[in-house]
Amino acid sequence: MEILRVENLSKSFHLHNPVKDIKSCQNICFSLERGGFIGIVGLSGAGKSTVLKCIYRSYLPSGGSIRYDSRSFGWIDLAKADEREIIALRRYEIGYVSQFLNVMPRTTAKEHVKNALLEMGEDEKAAERESAEMLSYFRLPENLWDIYPNTFSGGERLRLNLAHAMVKRPRLMLLDEPTASLDNKTKLLVKDMLLRLKGKGTSMIGIFHDLEFMEGLCDKVHNMSEGSFLC
Amino acid sequence: MHLDEKPVLRVENLTMRYGKGCPRCGDSLEKNRCRVCKTVWALNDVSVELFPGEVLGIVGESGSGKSTLMKSLYFDLEPSSGRAYLRDYKDGEVSIWTVGAAERRSIKNNLMGMVYQNPVLGLRMDFSCASNIAEKIIAAGGRSAGQMTERAAELLEAMEILPSRMSEAPRNFSGGMQQRVQLSKALANNPSLLLLDEVTTGLDLSVQAKVLDLIRKIKAKYGVSILLVSHDLAVIRMLADRTIVMLDGKIIERGLTDQILEDPQHEYTQQLVHSLI
Ligand SMILES: Nc1ncnc2c1ncn2[C@@H]1O[C@H](COP(=O)(O)OP(=O)(O)OP(=O)(O)O)[C@@H](O)[C@H]1O
Ligand SMILES: Nc1ncnc2c1ncn2[C@@H]1O[C@H](COP(=O)(O)OP(=O)(O)OP(=O)(O)O)[C@@H](O)[C@H]1O
Ligand SMILES: [Mg+2]
Ligand SMILES: [Mg+2]
Ligand SMILES: [Zn+2]
Repeated sequence: MEILRVENLSKSFHLHNPVKDIKSCQNICFSLERGGFIGIVGLSGAGKSTVLKCIYRSYLPSGGSIRYDSRSFGWIDLAKADEREIIALRRYEIGYVSQFLNVMPRTTAKEHVKNALLEMGEDEKAAERESAEMLSYFRLPENLWDIYPNTFSGGERLRLNLAHAMVKRPRLMLLDEPTASLDNKTKLLVKDMLLRLKGKGTSMIGIFHDLEFMEGLCDKVHNMSEGSFLC
Repeated sequence: MHLDEKPVLRVENLTMRYGKGCPRCGDSLEKNRCRVCKTVWALNDVSVELFPGEVLGIVGESGSGKSTLMKSLYFDLEPSSGRAYLRDYKDGEVSIWTVGAAERRSIKNNLMGMVYQNPVLGLRMDFSCASNIAEKIIAAGGRSAGQMTERAAELLEAMEILPSRMSEAPRNFSGGMQQRVQLSKALANNPSLLLLDEVTTGLDLSVQAKVLDLIRKIKAKYGVSILLVSHDLAVIRMLADRTIVMLDGKIIERGLTDQILEDPQHEYTQQLVHSLI
């Protein structure tokens, strides 16, 4: 059963000064099965992040449709959905993970994860317990839980980002090069975690540079070049 | 999912003009000013909705009308035309700009809190912090002095101002402390709408972080909806769910905050975002 169907997705950026049209991706078509994992590879600038950002709606798609079978609203076209629907989907169903930190000032690692749950309306006690569980699950050392994460290493940041996204048990996870800049040992750890998430039924789309990493993880890999999927 | 919930605030076609206007205003505007009759269109047909628990960011050029919008809502300025409805006032069926002075005072003090860009407008600088807060409580009908003192202490503490400083006047406080006293005052009557005009501007970074953190906690704890004016895009990114962009009295762009910042459509917004270093 499909959870996501992308049809003829195109994105171009219209810059005003100087006037310029940048075609970032064109006529992208693919579908994702429930519990499936799609990998996207391609050279730098091929348009990989653009596809993920259109799905998450950080970018406004220029054309095409992104139909998603949501728990909250049923089938919905993410390319055209109302902003408040997107906010709700991000809060309850769709996660986005990159290697970059996006935390509030004066928020500890644990609070950061906990806030994701409080935002969903969970009560304080349950949020406290689940965020601790999630941080242990992603093996963030316990002595880092009460620290502001600005000082975290790349691998620690990634584990925090994963915990923050996964604690909501999203149905759809978008991963933009989560393993960039990690050493091999940490990469294996992340791979193991992604496999376990997949085992729990989370549907995922991930951008990776590392073909070996995707082995046994992705059901299908799309190769992107100059804004299109190569077949 | 309840996306059918009523907005906490709905502003329709708000216009604020200084001057009479003329038939040629429509196509004679230079920025917000008519070349023919010199009328300033500080706000020109602005419509906004704010939903429960939401933070709506407002960014835009200096002079684009951001403070005018906030002050019109707080009854400091009388708009030339337009309507504003509050969910918690007559079920959102009567525009707050159509009612009399006593009614306005009640709306302003029971349902809204304001933090002014300029603290001098929001605080009596020679009254104690406690009296500043008590003033807002009295305006909303509070009478018990004991309860007022207690409430003032509780709010100041939540905004991280030491109880020992409660009887001091804000005149000698730092900018960051004055903004936090304004926040305490704004929250005094548990408003459903909070108007924040450049709360973090001019504060040093660690104080900014403190104020941002407090605003996030306010949102979580008091469940208020917030209009947040800031020229600081980092502040907007951290706090606002949706953002509108203003230029020359008009809203030129609106969208999800990250979309406005990562994929701005309008020439002015692109310039604003791309000039970030
Ligand atoms: N916000 C933006 N504004 C303007 N152009 C953009 C924007 N985002 C991406 N682009 C352009 O779109 C093209 C595709 O970029 P994208 O980031 O999707 O590539 P990518 O495949 O993820 O590359 P990398 O592997 O380097 O991350 C590039 O030419 C890029 O410059
Ligand atoms: N009494 C007045 N007579 C004429 N024009 C006025 C008057 N008061 C304000 N204006 C104009 O109204 C416009 C909107 O001002 P406002 O203070 O709302 O801008 P703002 O967006 O808050 O700017 P800033 O970012 O600098 O605070 C400005 O062009 C201002 O010059
Ligand atoms: Mg990329
Ligand atoms: Mg202003
Ligand atoms: Zn005119």
